[in-house]
Amino acid sequence: MTDALALAFDFGLAALVLIVATWTLLTRETAAAAVGFVAYGLLLTLVWMRLAAPDVALTEAAIGSGVTGTLLLGAAARLRPTEAAAEAEQPGKAMRFVVALLCASVSAGIAGTILMLPDPAPTLAAEAAAALPETGLGNAVTAVLLSFRSIDTLLETVVLLLALLGVWSLAPDRVWGGRPGPRDGAYQSEVLTFLAQILAPFGIVVAMHFFWIGADAPGGKFQAAAILAAMWILVQRAGLVDSPPVSRRWLRLVVVAGPVVFLAIGFLGSATAGAFLAYPEGYAKPLIVAIEAALLPSLAAALALLVAGPPARTE
Amino acid sequence: MAEFLLCAAVFVVATVAVGLLRLLRGPANTDRMMAAQLLGTGGIAALLLLAAATGEPAPVDVAMALALLAAFSSVAFVKSASR
Amino acid sequence: MTLALDVLTVVAVSSGAFFFLAGTVGFLRFPDSLSRLHALTKADNLGLGLIMLGLLPRAGGVGSALKLIAVWLLAQVAGAAVTQLLARAARTAGPPA
Repeated sequence: MTDALALAFDFGLAALVLIVATWTLLTRETAAAAVGFVAYGLLLTLVWMRLAAPDVALTEAAIGSGVTGTLLLGAAARLRPTEAAAEAEQPGKAMRFVVALLCASVSAGIAGTILMLPDPAPTLAAEAAAALPETGLGNAVTAVLLSFRSIDTLLETVVLLLALLGVWSLAPDRVWGGRPGPRDGAYQSEVLTFLAQILAPFGIVVAMHFFWIGADAPGGKFQAAAILAAMWILVQRAGLVDSPPVSRRWLRLVVVAGPVVFLAIGFLGSATAGAFLAYPEGYAKPLIVAIEAALLPSLAAALALLVAGPPARTE
Repeated sequence: MAEFLLCAAVFVVATVAVGLLRLLRGPANTDRMMAAQLLGTGGIAALLLLAAATGEPAPVDVAMALALLAAFSSVAFVKSASR
Repeated sequence: MTLALDVLTVVAVSSGAFFFLAGTVGFLRFPDSLSRLHALTKADNLGLGLIMLGLLPRAGGVGSALKLIAVWLLAQVAGAAVTQLLARAARTAGPPA
C-alpha cells in the first residue's frame, strides 16, 4: 500500500474512533451509548489489525465488542425505569471542573509517556522471540501469556472469579443461589430459535478451532472461551435452555476447576523445576496445553455467568 | 493485485464508516444498531481483502469471530429493547 | 488462465465495493427504519458475496477457499436472522418519538 494511502487510512480510523467515543460519552440515553460502545469495539478491532496485533484484534472482537456490549445493553435495559431521573440530574460546576482536570492530567501523562519514549522504544520482543523454541510454541503471544508471564494470567483468572463472586453477592436474600436473569420464553421467536440452533454448533466448532490453533497462530483459550460464552448466552436468550441455579455444585466446580489446575501445575513446578509456575525441561508444551484445556470451560462459564448477572429467581 | 485489494479494503471501510453518521443521527436505537451491523459487515469484507492481499490466514479468523459476535450483539440489543 | 482469474477478481471485488457504497448511501438517505434495513441487506448480501466470490480464485488451497465460504455463509445466516429481528424491533417500536 502506498504510504500516503496508509497514512490517510490511519488518520481516518483514529479520527473515527475519537468521534464515536466522544459521541458515546456525550449521548444522554444509556441504550444508545451501549450501541455506540459496540461500534467503538468494532472500530478498535480494525485498529488492532492495523497495528499488526491479530490476537488482540480477536480478543477485542470477542470480548470488547461482543460480550461487554451485551453486558452494557443488559444493564441499559435494567436501568430503564430510572432513565428519566438520571437524565434530569446535572452535576455541579465544581464537580465538572475536578473531573475535567483529572481526565486532562491522566491523558497528558499517558501522551507524554508515549511521546517521550526513546527511539527505538525499549522492548523485550527479541529476547522473547529467542526463548520461544524452549516452550515448544509457535505463537509468541501465547508463550508470553502462559509461560513467560504465566503468573499474570493466573492472577487474571482469579480476578475473574472474584468479579463473579461480586456479581453473585448482589442477589437479594430470597433468591440467593437461584437462577440468574429473567426466563426467556421458549420458542417465542422462530427467527431467534433458528439463529440459536444454527449458530451455536457453528460457534462451538469455531471456538475449538481458535483454542487449537492458539499454540502456533493468533487465537487461544480466552477468545475461544468468549465465543463459547456468547453461544451459551445466545441459546439461553432464545429460550432453548434455562440458566442453571448458581448454587449447583457442578457449576461451581466447572468455574473453579481452571484456576485450581493452574495453581496445581504451579506448585508442581516449584516441586520439580525449582520455582512456582516453572515448567520442567521438555514438559513445557504438554503442561501449557493442559492449563489451557482446564481454563477453557472455566473461563467460558465465568464469562457467561458474568453476563447473566446476579440470581434473580428461584427454581 | 495486492495493491488493488488493499485499496478496495480501505474503500469498503471508508464507505461503512460514513454509514456511522446514522449512529450519530439515529433517530431510533434500532438505526444505531443497524449502523454497527453495517460496520461489522464492512469490517469482515475488509479483513477478507486484507488476508488475500497479504497472504496471512489470521485476518480470516478475526473475520469469523466478527461475524459470530456482531450477530450476537444485535440479538442482545433486540432482547434488551423488548424487555 | 491466471489473467482471466485476475480479471474475475478485479470485477467481482469492484462490484462488491460498489454495492457496499450503494447500500451505505441508501442507509443514509432512506426515510424510514425498515427501508434503511432494506438497503443494509444489499450491502450484506451482494457486497460481501461478490467480494468473497472475487477472492475465491486467490485462496491458497481448498482449505482456505472453504474457510472463505464458511465465513460468508456465517455472515449470511447471521445477517438474515438479525435483519428479521431488527425489523420486528423497529416495527414494534413504532415511529421515533
